[in-house]
Amino acid sequence: MRAPHRPRLAAVAVAVLALASILALPVTEAAAQARGGTLKMSYPEPTHLNPAIVSGTPTGIPGVQLFAGLVLHDDKFQPQPYLAERWTISPDGRTYTFHLVKNATFHDGKPITSEDVKFSIETVKANHPFGVAMHRALEAVETPNPSTVVFRMSHPNPSFMSVVAPILLPVLPKHVYGTGDDIKKHPANQKPVGSGPFKFVEWQPGRHLILERFDKFFKPGRPYLDRVIFEYITDPAARLAAIETGAIHLLPYNYVGVGNLKRVEQLAHLGVTTKGYEAIGPLFWLEINLRKKELSDVRVRQALNHALDKQLILKDIFLGYGKVADGPLVSASPFYNPKIRRYEYSLDKANKLLDEAGYKRGADGTRFKLVLDFIPGTADTQSVGEYIREQAKKVGIDMTLRASPDFPTWAGRMGRWEFDLSLDAVFNWPDPVVGVERTYISSNIKQAVWTNVMGYNNPKVDELFAQAQREQTLEKRRAIYHQVQDVLTAELPIIWLSEIGYTTVWNKDYDGIPTNIWGTMSPFDTVHWKKAK
Amino acid sequence: MGLGSFVGRRALGACLLVLGAIVLNFLLIHLAPGDPALMLAGEAGGTSEEALRKIRADFGLDQPLAVQLLVYMGRLARADLGFSYFYNRPVLALIADRVPQTLLLALTALTVAWVVGVGFGVLVARKPASLGGNALAVVSLLGYAMPVFWTAIMLLLLFAVKLPWFPTHGMVTVGGTGGTLAQALDVGHHLVLPAVSLSIIFVALYSRLTRASMLEALASDFIRTARSKGVPESRVLLKHALRNALLPVVTVAGIQLGQVLAGTILVETVFSWPGMGRLAYESILRRDYPLLLGILLFSSVAVVVFNLVTDVFYGVLDPRIRHR
Repeated sequence: MRAPHRPRLAAVAVAVLALASILALPVTEAAAQARGGTLKMSYPEPTHLNPAIVSGTPTGIPGVQLFAGLVLHDDKFQPQPYLAERWTISPDGRTYTFHLVKNATFHDGKPITSEDVKFSIETVKANHPFGVAMHRALEAVETPNPSTVVFRMSHPNPSFMSVVAPILLPVLPKHVYGTGDDIKKHPANQKPVGSGPFKFVEWQPGRHLILERFDKFFKPGRPYLDRVIFEYITDPAARLAAIETGAIHLLPYNYVGVGNLKRVEQLAHLGVTTKGYEAIGPLFWLEINLRKKELSDVRVRQALNHALDKQLILKDIFLGYGKVADGPLVSASPFYNPKIRRYEYSLDKANKLLDEAGYKRGADGTRFKLVLDFIPGTADTQSVGEYIREQAKKVGIDMTLRASPDFPTWAGRMGRWEFDLSLDAVFNWPDPVVGVERTYISSNIKQAVWTNVMGYNNPKVDELFAQAQREQTLEKRRAIYHQVQDVLTAELPIIWLSEIGYTTVWNKDYDGIPTNIWGTMSPFDTVHWKKAK
Repeated sequence: MGLGSFVGRRALGACLLVLGAIVLNFLLIHLAPGDPALMLAGEAGGTSEEALRKIRADFGLDQPLAVQLLVYMGRLARADLGFSYFYNRPVLALIADRVPQTLLLALTALTVAWVVGVGFGVLVARKPASLGGNALAVVSLLGYAMPVFWTAIMLLLLFAVKLPWFPTHGMVTVGGTGGTLAQALDVGHHLVLPAVSLSIIFVALYSRLTRASMLEALASDFIRTARSKGVPESRVLLKHALRNALLPVVTVAGIQLGQVLAGTILVETVFSWPGMGRLAYESILRRDYPLLLGILLFSSVAVVVFNLVTDVFYGVLDPRIRHR
């Protein structure tokens, strides 16, 4: 039996206390926080405001303000009460029972019931890009009474607690979204009726989105802010100017621009943190098309890994924000294997491996040619590409850097497998079931970007990933994922380069900006304007 | 040829031009690499092949290009510009929402440019070889040579950050309150930097144009006559020379009304001004074909209409043109 989530009052109280301290708000002070203020932030504009049917931060950040989920997580990946005040997991790990807080209502005043939770998870399973991966094991949802919802699984499903946070399970009102229309085109996606701390006021495309405090939010006294406003500022120089002058107050996910961070850190009124990206687990890596003859040889891939000084990439190009990555899991993950095989920077070893693979240097010193693509949009990525090209030249690989004018062009090349190597950024998400296995399992070799576009096929890896989905204890799962990491770092279907050091920049007139594992994809009900009276 | 048939012939030509522009816009956009379905899938965070197929079918992207073109033309004939892939809202509404802001920005910038540019031109033409004249000539050349986005960013850094006199972005203070007057002042406050950025290049253009045609006019016989009659110099400059020198400036200004969109793209992007230019730029990045086609159609029509008006205006002014 898994002990931590038994519905004991003391345990709940401890959890609440823990949550409050994690959110940097001592309980006594929290009760006395003054209300008021408007938090203005800038972030890319979403296509719509329904996080149940898309992933991604543009919908996610406003989405979790609008919609509540069953649990939140602290900064140790541990679930904390939210819309669910307590929960139990059956000893066989196949039944999850959640008890919802009483008196919670949607923004239109109707009560939030277990029926809405059932509808929401079914909508996610059928429509969200990770829907099937997250809820493969989900067999049935039962609603014995309005405040109890029971999920029955076909097998133990230990990743479940990490996918019922608001970003992955936003609780939608069934009476609004369940009208039988195609949910992807539902008018409420543009004008949502939510369950979260802030309600929708107005969205003017290309200009701004205004959210306002929901006075009947189920957490007493929250939220503190009157309004949260998203302004769509497309030009990076203008964004920097806006946060510098105090016109906006929050720029998450490096939206301030990595090159501007040093300047921002010198401004006394701005805070910078790298916390709050643990659940996203963003990795920057070099994807390898294993269908290419030279690249199908593991020695060539190992040579490439030896030829790259990842420390230099991190220090000189990413200006020290982030960490060196040598494997498929970010180091903050509870499943991270610290003893994975690493390939130290050594041009000698790289040259030796390439010689062994039988690719001798020609008269001009070249062994073979490769084309390197990169995900467009940031100057840093191109710089990494240029660095890799120069390093490849040192070991006799003639590499051409191929720019894509925009994201669709690049995504098209990846989706059609028309690449040799490509720089890419992919998120781990809080559990490997959601964000890691999709890159490596053979059933996900698809003609679509962010799948197993490398064509990596190892039945052993498939089996390990499948097994880890069902093991109940953290220890057993960890052991399996450690094995996966050993195999993958030996075979190198990908050369991992760095854990992206995303930063959140905020104006210090505000505190309580969430820094749990979900960071700014958590509700802002904790955010408080210091000048509020 | 009568004026009526002249106008009719030109109007017919204009219609054919618009039709050609529609087909050309459509082909150009669909020839650009990049697949909107993949883009949308990317927005959604990666997806399956089945989902991609469904997106393509939903938007008719699985049809041959010729069929897509015919469907598009058919819809246009019913004044249906389609739905934006990205916003999932009618294209016509999205464009209509942006036109007033771009007109406000463009007309303000052009008016400023016109007044300041012509003023500069006259001043310089008065004493072209003087120190002041040369300085103005150099300044206007600089203004013409500076890229719009660079000027815009410099103005932003200087007058919104270093000297925080003006707001950094947008057209209104979002969530601001106040009466109509306060709101109008707010918009005016936001308008200054974008309008100045956009006008600088036109100031340079008009001042050089005015200077050249002023010098030409000042060298004419009627100016010498006026001066020898003892007409005061200021009157010679403004009444006699400037009126004649203005014709080419008016022509250029008319044509530029239709083309100002190109300049607004950069300025609107730097200052997050919610106009057509920024909408165009963003719809390119998002491969939002219906929206982009709508904007291109709108701007093609604008250029053709302004040219038509200029043409007809000439025909009225100078009947000889009608027979060419």
